[in-house]
Amino acid sequence: MSTPHTFVGMPRFPEAARAALADTQLRHNLAHATGVIRGKRAAVVAEVENWEELRLAGAAVKERALLGLDAQLVQLEESLTARGAVVHWARDAEEANRIVIDVARAHAVDEVVKVKSMVTQEIGLNEALEASGIAAWETDLAELIVQLGGDLPSHILVPAIHRNRAEIRDVFRRRMGQVGRPAPDDLTDEPAVLAGAAREHLREKFLRARMAVSGANFAVADSGTLVVVESEGNGRMCLTLPEVLVSIVGIEKVVPTWAELDPLLRLLPRSSTGERMNPYTSTWTGITPGDGPQEVHVVLLDNGRTRALADEVGRQALRCIRCSACLNVCPVYERTGGHAYGSVYPGPIGAILNPLLKGTGDPQTDSLPYASSLCGACFEACPVRIDIPEVLVHLRSKVVDSHRDDRVPKPEAVAFRGAAWAFADARRLDRAERLSSVAGRVLRRRGRTSLGRLPGPGGAWTDARDLPVPPAESFRDWWKRTDGGRCDG
Amino acid sequence: MRVALMVTCVNDAMFPGTGQAVVRLLRRLGVEVDFPQAQTCCGQPMVNTGYLDEAVPAVRSFVRAFEGYDAIVTPSGSCAGSARHQHQLVAARSGDAGLAAAVAETSPRTHELTEFIVDVLGRTDVGAYFPHSVTYHPTCHSLRMLGVGDRPRQLLENVRGLRLVDLPKAEECCGFGGTFALKNSDTSVAMGSDKARHVRETGAEVLVAGDNSCLMHIGGVLDRGRSGVRVMHLAEILASTEEQPA
Amino acid sequence: MGEVRAPRASARDEILGRVRSALQGVEPVTTPVVAPPGAAAPASVGLVDHFAERVADYRAVVVHCPPDGLAAAVAAALPEGARVVVPDGLPDAVLAGITAPVRDAGLSAAELDAVDAVVTCCRVGIAETGTIVLDHEPDQGRRALTLVPDRHVCVVYADQVVADVPDAFPLLDPRRPLTWVSGPSATSDIELDRVEGVHGPRHLHVIVVDEPA
Repeated sequence: MSTPHTFVGMPRFPEAARAALADTQLRHNLAHATGVIRGKRAAVVAEVENWEELRLAGAAVKERALLGLDAQLVQLEESLTARGAVVHWARDAEEANRIVIDVARAHAVDEVVKVKSMVTQEIGLNEALEASGIAAWETDLAELIVQLGGDLPSHILVPAIHRNRAEIRDVFRRRMGQVGRPAPDDLTDEPAVLAGAAREHLREKFLRARMAVSGANFAVADSGTLVVVESEGNGRMCLTLPEVLVSIVGIEKVVPTWAELDPLLRLLPRSSTGERMNPYTSTWTGITPGDGPQEVHVVLLDNGRTRALADEVGRQALRCIRCSACLNVCPVYERTGGHAYGSVYPGPIGAILNPLLKGTGDPQTDSLPYASSLCGACFEACPVRIDIPEVLVHLRSKVVDSHRDDRVPKPEAVAFRGAAWAFADARRLDRAERLSSVAGRVLRRRGRTSLGRLPGPGGAWTDARDLPVPPAESFRDWWKRTDGGRCDG
Repeated sequence: MRVALMVTCVNDAMFPGTGQAVVRLLRRLGVEVDFPQAQTCCGQPMVNTGYLDEAVPAVRSFVRAFEGYDAIVTPSGSCAGSARHQHQLVAARSGDAGLAAAVAETSPRTHELTEFIVDVLGRTDVGAYFPHSVTYHPTCHSLRMLGVGDRPRQLLENVRGLRLVDLPKAEECCGFGGTFALKNSDTSVAMGSDKARHVRETGAEVLVAGDNSCLMHIGGVLDRGRSGVRVMHLAEILASTEEQPA
Repeated sequence: MGEVRAPRASARDEILGRVRSALQGVEPVTTPVVAPPGAAAPASVGLVDHFAERVADYRAVVVHCPPDGLAAAVAAALPEGARVVVPDGLPDAVLAGITAPVRDAGLSAAELDAVDAVVTCCRVGIAETGTIVLDHEPDQGRRALTLVPDRHVCVVYADQVVADVPDAFPLLDPRRPLTWVSGPSATSDIELDRVEGVHGPRHLHVIVVDEPA
């Protein structure tokens, strides 16, 4: 694991997307995978008669948790402590990583097994552990593929979605033996065979592990219960076999009461893997004597969440339950893949979550709200009704506003100020249209009906698309000349 | 009922034929529309790019032009969506309570063309004639922001001579997206190329949609590929008759 | 860990302070959200058969038996000569089907890895989603027991089956560790295609004990 894998220094979305679009294997892998999952999701969602009501309930539960978050967090802490868990608070990534390292050192472990967790990727936990001489073994199949391949995650649910079966077989053959039990010699690219190889490779790590690190899908305030939703059983292994368990939980994961978990457990699997229910859901409440880890830590993490919470329009993004339905239906994500977003949170949700967590000002982050055609497919699919297009437009305005005091305005800003001036008064617009009509008449006299490649900024359009030649007369002038077609000449 | 045509800035400057078709179509259906000369743009290009302050003058022009009309009809799902769902946001940004009050009047009265014909006029057969094979692309804002549903299809199915061919992956975005088409032109073109491929797969002579901006994008890709497929706004097909074919 | 306690306390205060300032002027919602009801089993199928069908959809093996056929059904679910571990509180009627059961007396993970199968009861069966929920009471044993062995034979009594997820919640105590099992271990991580058999039991064998006729 010596290669640093990080999103730091990624180019802005348009440049990163250009490189991704040129990778035909990647586009093929993504189109295939998103096509499969869209079909599965559509089928199991259609089975639920009151799906829309369920979405409303899911959104309401998360909204209720967020709008009373201070009290919810205090209650969660009390419930956890009463059940023997040690509760820690971390303002940022560094503080959270420090806590995990301290626990590991207190138990003198040099390795931990990990449940797939977005938040530990967000804070760069594996790298921090490695720097302290502690190996972190990813145990989710897709995470294992990414980790062994020295790769970056490109999807929330299936971080290795950009890899096909043949590529995965190559990674297993090449790398498994360097970090543990090697892949069998006769490894094929059959998914079942690859899954079997992961089982054999990881089992020795599960059986000897003394400490595990997890995230949580939900944290129930009134009972102190944490919830992990998974498929493979690697989560159960990590949550059950080691002596010590540290769970890092973003403060937005709170669900107020046990009963309110119900709609979320109905929404998540259908939206996420397109199943009626995922194979395994584990819930645990602090320590259970004689069953599972006897030392349990919970780290409540901010790392930008309170910044997002303070944004009245954007705070709805904290409702996200990381199902990745928005990625799977997104026409942009389908073509560029996740790496272009430069974050562990890619796709439509990443395009709003990253700027909300980090704030504006960084050119890469500021490019994300624009990485969308605003088609609205994400909002339609979101099980907790996050109006992603609304938040995208809102964040675009924040990006623009952060540049209002620039000494030298961007050409785009100048153009929009010009448009605002023209649109303030129809007579100004009319004059501009007449200029364009003159150009149109000239070009049409020369037999042109469309424009080919233009120089300058217009080239962004015409490099791959024709542009019609302006008409000889605007609608406005036609109306005036013909009295709305009543005296057409 | 006083009805105003909001032609949209794109149609005004680039596609006057669409506006003319709307006038002809509605006249045939017994509705004389006004064209308030004070109209400019709904403000959507600015809002969707993040220039909220710059959208305020456009929204002011909008309410000035359309105040007092019972219905505002527009041949654009996208611009209707902007008037219905974004004008409040712009008005709030302006801090002008008068503008907010004016927007509260004009927003709900704004109808996309097919909504107006089906819901307000109660017509699904407009007496049109168009003897060609046609495939229909439902644009994202009419589909998901406005929820026009199958109204355009109902209208097309009743056009005499017209053969409607299903478009594969019809509900997927064409990749236009306003300034997205420029800021992320590579991704936009990749999406447009897939859409154009699906259009060609249908073998239809004509691609129809309810938004000329999306059609300009898909048509631009189709034309660059010398596909021979003609793109037309829905209004032009619905206005077409045996006496006055499109 | 004593020396790091003070900054932690201040992290807590700072985060709660940020939350409060972010939510200034926001009224919290004090009434819990009431979710819409779940699905009812199709009348033509019936609740228990619906459950059995849905479990079988995950490629689990599902068999029905009458109450007096339970021991035979358990015996039939276990391969010849299999080493079988059982929880302490497994009912005699189930135990009767197992030859030389290994009682769980705090077996290590490695010892559990060496047995072939585990036989348990469960707390609730959910028909709509084909889920069995374990609450790890003595008739099911601690969590590792139903995790490490490769074959899990689970007995579900007909009166334990409920229609959908919301019907299960009131029957479950969140203070217990819970494991919701829907089919055998599976993954969709390779090209988003579901394949069975990763880390959890690769064989899930559900015995539905029908109500006495």
